[in-house]
Amino acid sequence: MIAVDLPYWAQSLLRVLGGMVAVLLPAGTIVYLFLFKMMSFMQSRLGPMEAGPYGSMQLFAEVGKWLQKEDIQPEKADARIFKMAPLIVLVSTFLLVAVVPFGPDAYFTNFDAGVFYMLAVSSISVLGILIAGWSSANKYSLLGGLRAAGQLIAYELPMVLAVIGVVIQAGTMNMQGIVAQQNAGEIFGWDGLGNPYILTQFVGFGVFMIAVQAELTQAPFDMPIAESELVSGYMTEYSGFRFLIFFIAEFATAGVFSLIASVLFLGGWGVPFSWFSWESIDDVDDWMNVAGPLIMFTKMLGLTFLIMWVRFSYPRFREDQLQRFAWKALIPIALVNIMITGILKVAF
Amino acid sequence: MVPLPETDTATETPALPGDALRDGIVERLRGALGDALVDTLVKPNDDIWVRVSTAAWREAGFAVRETLGCDFMSYLSAIDWMPSPFGRGEEDPTEPPPERATAIVQGYTGGETRFQVLARVYSTNKHFGITLKADVPDDSLVVESWVPVYAGANWHERQAHEMFGISFAGHPDLRNMYLPTEFEGYPLRKDFPLLARIVKPWPGIVDVEPLPGEPESADGEATEEASA
Amino acid sequence: MTDLIDRQRLSYIAAQAADARLNVELETEGMTLNIGPQHPATHGTLRIIVRLDGEQVVWADPSAGYMHRGHEKLTEVRTYPQITTLVNRIDWLGSFANEVPFILAAEKLMGIEAPPRAQWIRTIMMEMSRIANVSLFLGDLGVQLGAITPVFFAFRDREYVLNLLESASGGRFHPNFDRIGGLKEDLPKGWIDETHQVMKKLRNFCDEIENLLFGNEIFQSRTRGIGVIPREVALQYGLSGANLRASGVDWDLRRDQKVGLAYDKADFTVWTHPDGDSFARCWIRLQETREATKIVDQLLDTMPAGPIMAKVPRIIKVPEGEAWVSTENPLGEMGYYIVSKGELGPFRVKIKTASFSNMSVAPWVLRGVYVPDIITILASLYFILGDIDC
Repeated sequence: MIAVDLPYWAQSLLRVLGGMVAVLLPAGTIVYLFLFKMMSFMQSRLGPMEAGPYGSMQLFAEVGKWLQKEDIQPEKADARIFKMAPLIVLVSTFLLVAVVPFGPDAYFTNFDAGVFYMLAVSSISVLGILIAGWSSANKYSLLGGLRAAGQLIAYELPMVLAVIGVVIQAGTMNMQGIVAQQNAGEIFGWDGLGNPYILTQFVGFGVFMIAVQAELTQAPFDMPIAESELVSGYMTEYSGFRFLIFFIAEFATAGVFSLIASVLFLGGWGVPFSWFSWESIDDVDDWMNVAGPLIMFTKMLGLTFLIMWVRFSYPRFREDQLQRFAWKALIPIALVNIMITGILKVAF
Repeated sequence: MVPLPETDTATETPALPGDALRDGIVERLRGALGDALVDTLVKPNDDIWVRVSTAAWREAGFAVRETLGCDFMSYLSAIDWMPSPFGRGEEDPTEPPPERATAIVQGYTGGETRFQVLARVYSTNKHFGITLKADVPDDSLVVESWVPVYAGANWHERQAHEMFGISFAGHPDLRNMYLPTEFEGYPLRKDFPLLARIVKPWPGIVDVEPLPGEPESADGEATEEASA
Repeated sequence: MTDLIDRQRLSYIAAQAADARLNVELETEGMTLNIGPQHPATHGTLRIIVRLDGEQVVWADPSAGYMHRGHEKLTEVRTYPQITTLVNRIDWLGSFANEVPFILAAEKLMGIEAPPRAQWIRTIMMEMSRIANVSLFLGDLGVQLGAITPVFFAFRDREYVLNLLESASGGRFHPNFDRIGGLKEDLPKGWIDETHQVMKKLRNFCDEIENLLFGNEIFQSRTRGIGVIPREVALQYGLSGANLRASGVDWDLRRDQKVGLAYDKADFTVWTHPDGDSFARCWIRLQETREATKIVDQLLDTMPAGPIMAKVPRIIKVPEGEAWVSTENPLGEMGYYIVSKGELGPFRVKIKTASFSNMSVAPWVLRGVYVPDIITILASLYFILGDIDC
């Protein structure tokens, strides 16, 4: 990390704090910037303006409101599982951010199988949603949980397949390695832009973003929540602190998936190495460890803007249409993408 | 569901019904129903009222649907012709109640009973409508159900049943529409009081101004008809 | 003492056993779900009891009456001018349209006709209440299907119409503007030009909604072919308004009957659609909003000058008789059957509301659809709770 020799416990503490910042800061920014303000402006209204200048303290006000509410649960609910469910969803977000590199030396861990770990761990939140719906002793939550089961498992596959194209092109599953490959690469001999994989893997990028939208249960894939039918789906019986955890987890996961997408497709924390005449990742200067997170943050905001924009504009798919779209449209497209990527990789 | 017969539909919009069309309608209905058609009233440039005998209520529905081609069911309800013993609830409760008329007088096309059922149907291709009435016998408030004739009569008959207490023989599911299941009484009957005017005396009693144009009476109270 | 505890324990065990038996029964027969009375999708306090087999509806039973206010009983103790105020509140989104059939029926019994200017203004305001009502429907349609943005545009553009109504009558939602014999007062200065501008804005709004919502593939796949009501079923159940015209029946009370309104002086198209599905119903309402703006524009240009109130006595006593008038309200066909005995107030008023009949087809049309489709179908049938429970 920093060029100071810290004892192990200090490093772990810094990692934990860094993880929390990495998860909560994007969540907070996304909630304020996109949910409160961008959505309001798109809907020709102003959004929260009271708490703080232009409503900037609204998030803290909301957090404080939820924290001080009574912790109630339905009588018939399975208490232990009911309480566990939101935590499981949030834990998967924290686990995800552990493999995201923020700079040449600014990372939490540097797995060689980072992509594999990331895809595996992102499925843990499915469990949380399922048991939230089931343990709530509420028919609406049950319906939401069942829909979530089908949808989230169905959309795992397109996500995995889309990422495989990137892995084939990069030749490594190491997230840091993928970033290095993109920024050190060249397009037909011109290295002014590096080689962000969005240019060659645009199909994969599209499939990945759609799958992410579905994994986050955002419209048009928000059948599990389906506010006008199921009131809140699997989250109906949660209030106060537990609902806050679901809420933060939703936007934190959106942020983390955008971070991952920017690592996989947009070149991550880097700018093209040719701008500074770096040859490989070992040449990268140390100030990149400070600039890297900022660049990642910007790219994340761009991708989250896309996710949120689609969320506010489209009506929602019905459950069977959703499934049909995943199994009959996205997966074949992703498979074809892998095939073409493989062929081109071998040929060139 | 009973399928509708093929009607001779004109493709262009026919002119609005003049009285010639209206007279012909009553004749055709009389031809279909014969004696069951008890009384009719055709108001020029206005509307058609027809009263049928109680036993022929459903038969009249079929006749109107098939012979006249009235395919659109507008509504079905009932009227209670007894004058309300409570008036309009605007009298001073400390004074003795005024004299009210109690004679049951029916309206258009006459009638003999206190309750009458009332239905209106339209013909969407000939652009006319017809109002049907029938007496409901006083001793047993039962008429035949119109559900086999028009499926939409289901909900209307449920509402008429809970509001007036009239039973519809042959209705598949006669339960309350608006009122809770344990509700006692039939609200739209005239002898069912409007509790709002009984629980709390009408505020206008205290300070009644005479309606504009009326002579001011001696004790400052508005003079008005007390019978309903 | 132990006797009481034993009885309590026994009754508790019996309740558990009954519960278990019910659960076992339910597991084989499907799940019974209560949609409402508090639910975001039912526009008000409507309760629909559905029995589900997975996500498919086996039977559905709407249970209305949570908002029954007893209008018909209340009219029996009121005078005719007082009833106008009462009746405003039946369909609260297009409230001027509720007064019109009642006033026309009373005028029919009295044998008076409102002067031409009053008829023109009544028609214009009726069309404006249609625009106010249906533009909210277009926005609400998006929300029911998951598109949360159009509803804000709908509210914003509806405000223009409500402001116009308020400047003429003093009330945004309940104008209470109609009187037996004419109107309460004449239009304020500059109202006509303002209304022309607002109609232009509303046409833009219709175009916006068409692009944003109707052109969307997801919207089309959610509404096309869903909740098909064939022509015969629609006629039998008494569906009216856009619901009937979406099933291919060419029936519009504005064109097909002659009452004291100025519809025959305007040139408008009556839209029908052969499909009878949810998309048809929604699309026809969009087109009707556009037609309504055109009607308003035409009538504003040809408005005659003159008095706005006919000669009526100060105390209105309607002569004895019965009359029925129904008009093409925003929700469908609304009519009043007034039975009068020559008094200050009516003897009986039967209020026939459109949403009651529109809702009565729900048990038939909701069989075999999926749970999300319930919401789509109810949204496209478009009822207002005050109208169902009149």
